[in-house]
Amino acid sequence: MTDSPLPSAPLDLLYSETEEELRAAVRSLLADRCDAATVLARAESGRPHDPALWDTLATGIGAAGLLVPEKLGGQGASHREAAVVLEELGRAVAPLPYLTSSVLATEILLACDTADVAPLLRELASGRQVCAPAVPLTLAPGAPLPALIRDGGGGVLTGTATSVADAAAADVLLVLADTGLYAVPAASAELTPLVPLDLTRPLARVTLDAAAGTRLADPVTARAAVAGALLSGAGLLASEQLGIAEWCLTQTVGYVRGRHQFNRPVGSFQALKHRLARLWLDVASARAAARAAADALATGSPDAPLTVAVAQAYCSGVAVRAAEECVQLHGGIGMTWEHPAHLYLKRAKADSLALGTAGHHRGLVADFAELPAP
Amino acid sequence: MTATAGELRTRVADLLAAHPPAGTPRTDFLRARFDAGLAWVHYPEGLGGLGAPRSLQVVVDAELEAAGAPDNDPRRIGIGLGMAAPTLLAYGTEEQKRRFLRPLWMGEEVWCQLFSEPGAGSDLAALGTRAVLDEAAGEWVVDGQKVWTSSAHTARWAILIARTDPALPKHRGITYFLCDMHAPGVEVRPLRQITGEAEFNEVFLTGVRIPDAHRLGPVGEGWAVARTTLMNERVSIGGMRIPREGGMIAPVASAWRERPALRTHALHQRLLELWVEAEVARLTGERLRQQLVAGQPGPEGSGMKLTFARLNQEISGLEVELLGEEGLLYEDWTMSRPEHVDFTGRDAGYRYLRAKGNSIEGGTSEILLNIVAERVLGLPAEPRDDKDLAWKDLAR
Repeated sequence: MTDSPLPSAPLDLLYSETEEELRAAVRSLLADRCDAATVLARAESGRPHDPALWDTLATGIGAAGLLVPEKLGGQGASHREAAVVLEELGRAVAPLPYLTSSVLATEILLACDTADVAPLLRELASGRQVCAPAVPLTLAPGAPLPALIRDGGGGVLTGTATSVADAAAADVLLVLADTGLYAVPAASAELTPLVPLDLTRPLARVTLDAAAGTRLADPVTARAAVAGALLSGAGLLASEQLGIAEWCLTQTVGYVRGRHQFNRPVGSFQALKHRLARLWLDVASARAAARAAADALATGSPDAPLTVAVAQAYCSGVAVRAAEECVQLHGGIGMTWEHPAHLYLKRAKADSLALGTAGHHRGLVADFAELPAP
Repeated sequence: MTATAGELRTRVADLLAAHPPAGTPRTDFLRARFDAGLAWVHYPEGLGGLGAPRSLQVVVDAELEAAGAPDNDPRRIGIGLGMAAPTLLAYGTEEQKRRFLRPLWMGEEVWCQLFSEPGAGSDLAALGTRAVLDEAAGEWVVDGQKVWTSSAHTARWAILIARTDPALPKHRGITYFLCDMHAPGVEVRPLRQITGEAEFNEVFLTGVRIPDAHRLGPVGEGWAVARTTLMNERVSIGGMRIPREGGMIAPVASAWRERPALRTHALHQRLLELWVEAEVARLTGERLRQQLVAGQPGPEGSGMKLTFARLNQEISGLEVELLGEEGLLYEDWTMSRPEHVDFTGRDAGYRYLRAKGNSIEGGTSEILLNIVAERVLGLPAEPRDDKDLAWKDLAR
């Protein structure tokens, strides 16, 4: 092998047997309790979260504690396993606060001093409590952290965070203030539900008006913890995007095989065959990119920031393209409220803004790969 | 018996002890390596292998490379190694395998492939080169024209498919032969391509006589034999391992870093998109390789060639634009016949032009997309109203 100016760390890009078992358990749970009709009905009710389903996934299967060491009440697994859970959640557009509570909030806490966060971390790892970071869903790794909340003294917090994902399902909010990181009971905040593009991930404006918080970390630790969590979140979001894209591809292939026009399956027309073959290529590539990010995060590789940026720069677009192809190749039915394609389109499009756009991540690639702008 | 990595290391050590690379002529070493079963370990014993898992070849190659042993210059004999050899192994008689495999692997006899014809490209099975049996002589007499033949001018042998029964439907009247490129009636002419050079040849076959002993597989079964060859072609095209920022993206990234005056915002966005896609393609190839090693081959292999063809074309196109005035120039249009094909060699203009072939050679991208759609996704096959028609009645 010739020398590369940018050496890459070796990665395990396959799924282990344990990971496949975990996938099977999550997939079977979601097939039973989270089919498209259920997701749509819940979304229409204005309360997409299903606490009973969360309990089975988080506590029953133990998915909430995958990133948490056993001594802190978790499963002591890694980003590789959490990525598999997210693939399945994406495949089902499941309206569960996994990315927010079990990845982002959990990663923030794991980067703090254990003595201060252990009790809350145990609650999250067991799934008994849900925690949402009070930051906009669009906040990206590598971007400046916004100063949204200020400490009026003694942990009395005031300020507003917009587009906070899953706040409605949260028991606790993690708040980054000028004086450090705070845990604030969701009941002490004013939550204004927003009307989200993605019906399966509720958004809220979180307003704190002299709310009392429990301090978990100093400002330096807090900012590093949030930055690190955003990196993990972005890397694992690629697996959710992979799951979305896979569902869209599988569903569309099944549809064009069965749908007849002009006395033949529409999937026998080369114009459609080629589009779907290209989409399959994109999905196969997205799998490699998403697995690479999960493995780099799991092993703490120094290559993780670049690998995550590559995965996000690539997988965002694949999920959106897959969902758009799904709508188009379903024809009229794909445009209806009744067919689930729109749930995937909305999730895919919202995910393309979450944790940094593809353009933002390409900018990070430019930095890491030393390809500077003019 | 299946050999283990440890046993292979012992065999390599024995080979190196008996034939120290420093004091052994290259040919002698290669012959000894072949006879020790270390040429291609997954081949049978006596034919250069040990019947070991293919994945263990890397163990042997690494040990030999570390010992400074000579190799068989695989780039020079790619068609023999990648296409002729697996087909010989699958369909050859014992005599054919013993006669041909060793000189093929050692590079003593270069092979070329006489498949495509001016009238049979994507529809290869429609080929019209005729082979007629002269029963008295026990020989076939071959007439026709082949095209896009790399190495024809250096090859000693060719794998050849020809029509032996025009009254049968096209797939059923084909027979597979091993053709002596030094036989009377074989004429090789360079075929100049858009890059200005002639990597390939046209081969005219006029009354070429091939002994029946050089037929590979039964008469009329040549299409099945050829499919083995073609499957191996796509595996070898998609199976290249490249480092991060290797391949086509390397010269563009270097030019971007070293020559700030060339940078524009529009080119920056395209460069980053392509850099990301090239890195993802590298990871996809790496994942495919890991699947093969783990014994779980995935269908992704069918896709790698499609991806690399598109990326090579887009990246080299970007490079010509990035270079500005320099992009108006071309290194040299003088007709030449290169020994090796190097997609990334020479200048940006060459890379741009040569990459145009990537979506045509070894199966056009359009045909490969059909294959992915049908074999991987299970979509309906293209209409085939020529399937049961006699070859002689096809439109041409």
